[in-house]
Amino acid sequence: MQAIDFVAPTSVDEAISALAAGSGMARPLSGGTDLIAQLQEGRLALDTVVDLKRIPELMAISINSDGLTLGASVSCHSINNNQAIRDAYPALIDSTHLIGGTQIQGRASLGGNLCNSSPAADSIPNLIAHSVTCHIAGPNGRRTVPVEEFCTAPGRNVLENGEFLVALEFPAPPANFGAAYLRFIPRNEMDIAVVGAGASVVLSDDGGTIQSARVSIGAVAPTPLFVQEAGDALAGQPVSEETLAKAADLARDAARPISDMRGTIPQRKHLSGVLTQRALRIAIDRARGTKTVDELGRLNGHG
Amino acid sequence: MDMAKKIAVTTTLNGEESIFLCEPRQTLLEALRDNLGLIGSKEGCGNGNCGACNVLLDGVLVNSCLVLAPEVEGRDVVTIEGIAQDGELHPLQQKFLEHASLQCGICTPGFIVSAKALLDDNPAPSEHDVRLWLAGNLCRCTGYDKIVRAVLDVAEGDS
Repeated sequence: MQAIDFVAPTSVDEAISALAAGSGMARPLSGGTDLIAQLQEGRLALDTVVDLKRIPELMAISINSDGLTLGASVSCHSINNNQAIRDAYPALIDSTHLIGGTQIQGRASLGGNLCNSSPAADSIPNLIAHSVTCHIAGPNGRRTVPVEEFCTAPGRNVLENGEFLVALEFPAPPANFGAAYLRFIPRNEMDIAVVGAGASVVLSDDGGTIQSARVSIGAVAPTPLFVQEAGDALAGQPVSEETLAKAADLARDAARPISDMRGTIPQRKHLSGVLTQRALRIAIDRARGTKTVDELGRLNGHG
Repeated sequence: MDMAKKIAVTTTLNGEESIFLCEPRQTLLEALRDNLGLIGSKEGCGNGNCGACNVLLDGVLVNSCLVLAPEVEGRDVVTIEGIAQDGELHPLQQKFLEHASLQCGICTPGFIVSAKALLDDNPAPSEHDVRLWLAGNLCRCTGYDKIVRAVLDVAEGDS
């Protein structure tokens, strides 16, 4: 087994230097729930682990009238226990409560879930629904990427050699905003999504009209999909089952899944529509202030 | 195997300052068992699925097989060996005995550490809370029911 180096920089600049040192086989570490498992199984070639969790910016939660800036290495546990996030972005908890079990949530981060870039990642459709911007640092400085453009293929993303994700920026939720993430699994807990769907809406003040919407589905393509046409079809429409069914049809049409051990193509296409419609209903209820996180937990099997 | 440079790690382990040497790629579980002789934490799966190696890291429940040993520098680690205090079994350990909540015992340290984290977080959990919290701990002797009853018994005793 190859010996490796371990470094724990305390600033973004130090981390950039650490990732650039050596033979280009340094990898950043956040919660380690993907990286260490892959390392142990010999599926990952690296010579240096750069632990990002000693960098304050990577561990910071900053929430104010401009929105939420979430350090890329903040654990799901920290998010679940942050009342300000639960109040302002309740739909985010849909994902952070679903990723692994309690002890995985103690370590796993949304930044790590995004950078692992699994097509079935439980956070990514949710981040897309929330219009998140990814802040990236690297040897050529900083840049930002909309989250829907971050993943490029299974396990691949826009990060260049030496780059890493610093933070996720959530815009402040507009008035009458609601979002939700739902996934289908054949078990009650601890499984990988057969299909996942994230949705968000902004309603008119009377709650009767959808001003704008975003829909994203996961595990139905090589990357999580932003189904812009579904959101566009909802804009300006009255809140009705008929309207939502149209968006669900568009999500189903956008899905281009494979058949594998978790599900078949027809099942995944069908689920893409069903979950989109249900996630939109919950997003609308939340936008109207009628559904709490705990109520949604029951829908996701958390009773 | 290449000769790895060893790292000295200082940590608070079960309430006492501890310094140990580890290789950079060793997991916390390996360091606990192989370097420190604390063999209460078990390796079930080695990839974060079974919970047999669970420990508290700064009070947060984690799989020690998914932590690199050097990561715990300056941190507080509690293992199953730190659950009993002053030679007295923790109430969870006592209730696991009374309810016969174990058969082969491999999963038990992880369940006890997880259950302690639950009760620290929520002293009066519902049965559903217990089952959900413990969903990441696997028992292949199918003792879940007695485990859940033992945890609820302690929770009720607390409230």
